[in-house]
Amino acid sequence: MLINEDNYLPISALQHYAFCPRQCALINIEQAWAENFWTAEGRLLHERVDGGEAEQRGYFRTERSVAVISHRLKINGKLDLLEITGRHPKKYFPVEYKRGKPKIENWDKVQLCAQVFCLEEMRNIEINEAAIWYWKTRKREYMIIDQSLRDLTEKIIIDTHEMIESGITPKPTFSKRCLSCSLIDLCEPKIIQNDQSKNYINGIFKV
Amino acid sequence: MKKLLNTLYITRQDTYLHKERETIIIKQGDQKLGQFPALTVGNIVCFGQVTVSPPLMGYCGEQGIAISYYTEQGKFLARIYGRQVGNVLLRRTQYRFADDQQKVISLAKLIVGAKIANSRYVYLRQIRNHGESSSLQLISDRLANCLSRCEQVNDYQQLLGLEGEAALAYFSGLNELIRNNEFSFSTRVRRPPTDPINALLSFVYSIITQECLSALLGVGLDPFVGFLHKERPGRPSLALDLLEEFRAAWADRFVLTLINRKQLTSKDFVQEASGAVHLTDYARKTLFAAYQARKQEEIIHPYLQERVQIGLLPHCQALLLARYMRGDLEYYPPYLVK
Ligand code: SF4
Repeated sequence: MLINEDNYLPISALQHYAFCPRQCALINIEQAWAENFWTAEGRLLHERVDGGEAEQRGYFRTERSVAVISHRLKINGKLDLLEITGRHPKKYFPVEYKRGKPKIENWDKVQLCAQVFCLEEMRNIEINEAAIWYWKTRKREYMIIDQSLRDLTEKIIIDTHEMIESGITPKPTFSKRCLSCSLIDLCEPKIIQNDQSKNYINGIFKV
Repeated sequence: MKKLLNTLYITRQDTYLHKERETIIIKQGDQKLGQFPALTVGNIVCFGQVTVSPPLMGYCGEQGIAISYYTEQGKFLARIYGRQVGNVLLRRTQYRFADDQQKVISLAKLIVGAKIANSRYVYLRQIRNHGESSSLQLISDRLANCLSRCEQVNDYQQLLGLEGEAALAYFSGLNELIRNNEFSFSTRVRRPPTDPINALLSFVYSIITQECLSALLGVGLDPFVGFLHKERPGRPSLALDLLEEFRAAWADRFVLTLINRKQLTSKDFVQEASGAVHLTDYARKTLFAAYQARKQEEIIHPYLQERVQIGLLPHCQALLLARYMRGDLEYYPPYLVK
């Protein structure tokens, strides 16, 4: 069977969705992209992490920038670092790189869990632990991939698929997170949320 | 609001543009005429014999920087626009809107309404700043009358008629706003303009049209499918729709200022045997310098209530139009001078 991967979700969309569904729609439906300081920094960081070659030392192997996919969930993406230890059975340990501080945000976890789903399906294994490496502290934060995280992640994957398929960008709700959102100038959350267009156009004809 | 990027207008002949590291370099032969950080450039407009290197074209394509080519006299030739922004869903929505007569009328009415209100404002402002004038008051009243009739219109042909009537009234008073006795204006003449003021108006309209076109592409709308302007091959109808909001308040006032401040004199125009009048090279340069400066000036956007530079107005309106079509706003808020 030929698999059509056209409607697969990039895993990065999940963290956008978890951060703000509208942001996810602006990027993945409207194809808008605006780079601000933070996203540019994140991209540079990834450029440094990417590039690396696989390394093998005895039964310890590291692979960088690993392409992962899940046909069950219709998602694909890239994993920053995968550590493989042992032989029978092999142990797979994914590591994701993040700029910023180790305040593990929900969306960081969701993204990592989605990558775990992919690896599990690709290798027919089970992964219970993973880590996020933070640029600011240069330390790993370990994470248990438990059932509640798995449920949350699956739900977000389904919701994100549904939103993108609908082609409808949800309306914004203005909040503090908007101030750190690189799409704020395109989104205009305050203007849209508080739609004054009716009053405004009535003013045109007033003489 | 996003940052206003510079437009490079290249009017010098036999120039060559290329990219070196993160800068754009303009050369004539071996002589370097200018060098700009690439990130600060949003548009490149070339007049006549100007060559752009393929790598620079590639960079512009990736960055969504439009390169457009004109003849030396300012006739539009071609445009290079790389990566298409936005997606087909928005453009399909736009096409559906354009096919829906009810939507066309209600949107076109807002645009015409804003156009008339803005042109009336030119006279209200003149009266306020330079004292009562019965003829100007009369024009303002006629425009007010058009405006209130515009609100009631529900038919496309009627709307066009009304727009024509308002334009006639508006232009009938323009000569009174000219305070430079080298120039006068009797009526709007296009294709080709046969006097300096008409030549200036045509030229400035076409520059702003191109900016509207870029802004529409930039938010993912199709500049060739309009509402007030019907489609015609090669005509950027939606860009022309957008231009309507800016004509009086931005373009015309800019032209009047150039003339009234005597930044241009009658020597800056040449008349061809055919009667067509166009700007000299030097005049075009003067105009672009003044235009760039004007674009930097800030105003409070009447709907967004944010400080924006005048040069960003096409982008603001394109964005609002896209947001309206996506269903984020109940009505499209056209640009109104306040
Ligand atoms: S500005 Fe706010 S509402 Fe808009 S996409 Fe960003 S976070 Fe979401």
